[in-house]
Amino acid sequence: MGRAMTRSEAATASHPPAIAFVGIDKRFGAVHANRDIDLEIARGSIHGLVGENGAGKSTLMSILYGFYQADRGEIRIDGRRAAIRSSADAIHAGIGMVHQQFMLVDTLSVLENVLIGAEGSFRLGPAEKHARAVLKRLADDYELAVDPDAIVGSLSVGEQQRVEILKTLYRGAEILILDEPTAVLTPAEVEHLFRILRRLQGEGKTVVVITHKLKEIKAVTDWVSVMRKGEIVATWPTADTTVEMLAEAMVGRRVLLRVEKAASVPGAVELEVDRLSIVDRRGVALLDDVSFTVRAGEIVGIAGVAGNGQSELLEAIAGIRRATRGRILVGGRDASALDPAEIRGLGVAHIPEDRHRMGLVLDFAAEENAILGYQDDPAWRRGPLLDGTKIRDAATTMFSDYDVRPPDPELRTALFSGGNQQKIIVGREIGREPRVLLVGQPTRGVDIGAIEAIHRRLIELRDRGRAILLVSAELDEIRSLSDRVLCMCAGRITGECRPEASEREIGLLMAGLGTEVGA
Amino acid sequence: MSVPHRELPAIADYVLLPLINVTVAFLVSGLVVLAIGENPIEAVKIMVFGALGYSEGIGFTLYYATDFVFTGLAVAVAFHAGLFNIGAEGQATLGGLGVALVCLAFDGAPWWLVAPFALVASALFGAAWAFLPAWAQARRGSHIVITTIMFNYLAAVLMVWLLGGPLGKPGAMSPETRTFEEATRLPLLRDLVAPFGIDLGQSPLNPTVFAAAAAAVFVWALIWKTRFGYELRAVGRNPTAAVYAGIEPGGIVIAAMLISGALAGLLAVNEVMGTQHRLLLEFTAGAGFVGIAVALMGRNHPVGVVLASLLFGMLYQGGAELAFEKPNISRDMIVVIQALVILFAGALEHMFRPALGRIFAPRGRTA
Repeated sequence: MGRAMTRSEAATASHPPAIAFVGIDKRFGAVHANRDIDLEIARGSIHGLVGENGAGKSTLMSILYGFYQADRGEIRIDGRRAAIRSSADAIHAGIGMVHQQFMLVDTLSVLENVLIGAEGSFRLGPAEKHARAVLKRLADDYELAVDPDAIVGSLSVGEQQRVEILKTLYRGAEILILDEPTAVLTPAEVEHLFRILRRLQGEGKTVVVITHKLKEIKAVTDWVSVMRKGEIVATWPTADTTVEMLAEAMVGRRVLLRVEKAASVPGAVELEVDRLSIVDRRGVALLDDVSFTVRAGEIVGIAGVAGNGQSELLEAIAGIRRATRGRILVGGRDASALDPAEIRGLGVAHIPEDRHRMGLVLDFAAEENAILGYQDDPAWRRGPLLDGTKIRDAATTMFSDYDVRPPDPELRTALFSGGNQQKIIVGREIGREPRVLLVGQPTRGVDIGAIEAIHRRLIELRDRGRAILLVSAELDEIRSLSDRVLCMCAGRITGECRPEASEREIGLLMAGLGTEVGA
Repeated sequence: MSVPHRELPAIADYVLLPLINVTVAFLVSGLVVLAIGENPIEAVKIMVFGALGYSEGIGFTLYYATDFVFTGLAVAVAFHAGLFNIGAEGQATLGGLGVALVCLAFDGAPWWLVAPFALVASALFGAAWAFLPAWAQARRGSHIVITTIMFNYLAAVLMVWLLGGPLGKPGAMSPETRTFEEATRLPLLRDLVAPFGIDLGQSPLNPTVFAAAAAAVFVWALIWKTRFGYELRAVGRNPTAAVYAGIEPGGIVIAAMLISGALAGLLAVNEVMGTQHRLLLEFTAGAGFVGIAVALMGRNHPVGVVLASLLFGMLYQGGAELAFEKPNISRDMIVVIQALVILFAGALEHMFRPALGRIFAPRGRTA
């Protein structure tokens, strides 16, 4: 509390803070999600909120936006106590929220999306006319130009995000909350977003950014608050902080941000992708003539904005998706026509991009997920039955090796945190000493502490002479783990570069604008 | 950053919650009984005594429960694979055809010789009737709910044709086969236990009840102890993860439906070979649909299915007694009570969950 108070003294005395949380406390059953939170957010500032998964950031913002009611404490908007019981109340109080998963109707136009819930009258005409004028003004004021008649589904992710921001501004938001706004953006789009946020700030709006990307906190915020285990542990002027300092405050201990690794010693080609193409039913090429190799003992990173064919590439190699043309060779053997079980049999392990959708059966006990994909293994068989004891023993060992918490293999998987769920997958896939490991977004939504552990495991596997293909939307992750970087855009490999290449250079390749550099 | 899950202790989840649901169903039923001018306490007494109060009543209760265990398990197995099999009724009907064909072919042979063939035939015919909907779901994406409902009607129409024509008893007024010889009928348990001084009266309880118990154990082992069960549950809970794990969901869907159909078909041994000794139209008497309620209430677990089957067996038997004793309370009233049980135990299963969650939430503990 002490820090928050000094900070409020620093804020202008004449203006009450735009938002003040006073003693906010919230429990979900046994989980104490927010503990006695005191936090003031100054009018006209950009305030970052960082913390590990489950630290309570989203809960706090959900209380502000009326999704949850606090058990205790109050919220003051502009110094006045606000009773926010629903998102309608929040909107009325001038609060707008841009969710991580956009709340847009893909088949409607931008204008229609902006109008949803604010149609005003039975006839749409007057509202549309009004909205069109307002959108034009907002576009000019804030660099928020989007064609009002474009169908939202046809827009890029960055443009869709702008529509979300427009929606909140159209409803008169003075306070904007953005939840993980950069997760799906290209570096250029991130820059654009930051320009918009500064413009909004310039107009006196207050912006709260929830993120786990500490570099972005440094880049755009004025103030930063760190949450840990439901508490605000620090609030600092961003200029006084370093990334290391923030990471330490988040985790509660010193964190190794740089990945320590020796130079790679590439061996024989273990995975070869030869002119692979996937054309979907509409005739759109999801993968277009993709060729590359991954050698034993190296990590090849694929950089690219999500949705440019990386998912399809991983799924094609894993046998989940059938390629239209081209070949996949594993250890020199043609694996193009094999099914997922056969490809696993060749020694290809796969940490899928979306652990909830693909990597785990959330309703299963954790120990059951620890054998997912390897349920055929004779080691688990006892007569016609599965050997429950053996499976539990193996899971217990793996949980302790990979520090899965809680170390309870019988617990339902959905009850583990994201980071621990990911450790279960990583342990399962790496534990098999695969010849080739396919890795998609290994640390998405994973705590800093777990990220460190997962990165270390990947490097160790590489050093044992395994071939690793890494897909990640985190450019930093690609650059720190990979020995070679391939950039993908619109289903094509747009270039290869060294991991030391500048962010700008990789960014250009990711946008499909670069010329081939390096190899 | 998701909303933390509120898990109930297993005891609350599997015992307390269903118990509360059933109690509420009975309380509401009591109000209905009150509304038609009868004494609900007396009605409950009659029902419970009718179902459990004397050995003949128990015999009938177990006989009804036998049918429900088979269909309940059938629905439960399909459910674990993510399929809603509405077609147990039709699959059981076809099971009856299988049993009848075997019994007619071996008519006069001793029951212990015929029974194994009858069991196999009922399962095979039931499975066969489930195959087309399963195949259409797995390979063509036709929704199993729609196709199994349609197959119920097809089964009914098929029976009308068979029993009115090729299989019908010549010269009979009603569409049914001829009655099997005494020797071929399953023995009644009342004859077996009579020497021990237990009087099962007129109850048609027969050895099929043991087959039902065995089926429950089989389903439990299959679903939770075998690789196939593991794969079946993976497909049911997350088909995408199943594909990732090298499981072919279509194959699992077909296999699960064949097992489901086979379990439903087994009901026919109890009815056709054990009770009616001939194939009748609509001999299943809706047991296929009761199976849905039984599976819902039993949380698709064999133990739950057995318990729910016993409850429904009691409702059927006790309800029949009640309708007999209290002319004011008709057979339809019993259906209303059953419907309320289904409503509270099935459709509104989770109504009391939040309240229970608050009671069981650990207090004063910080996470």
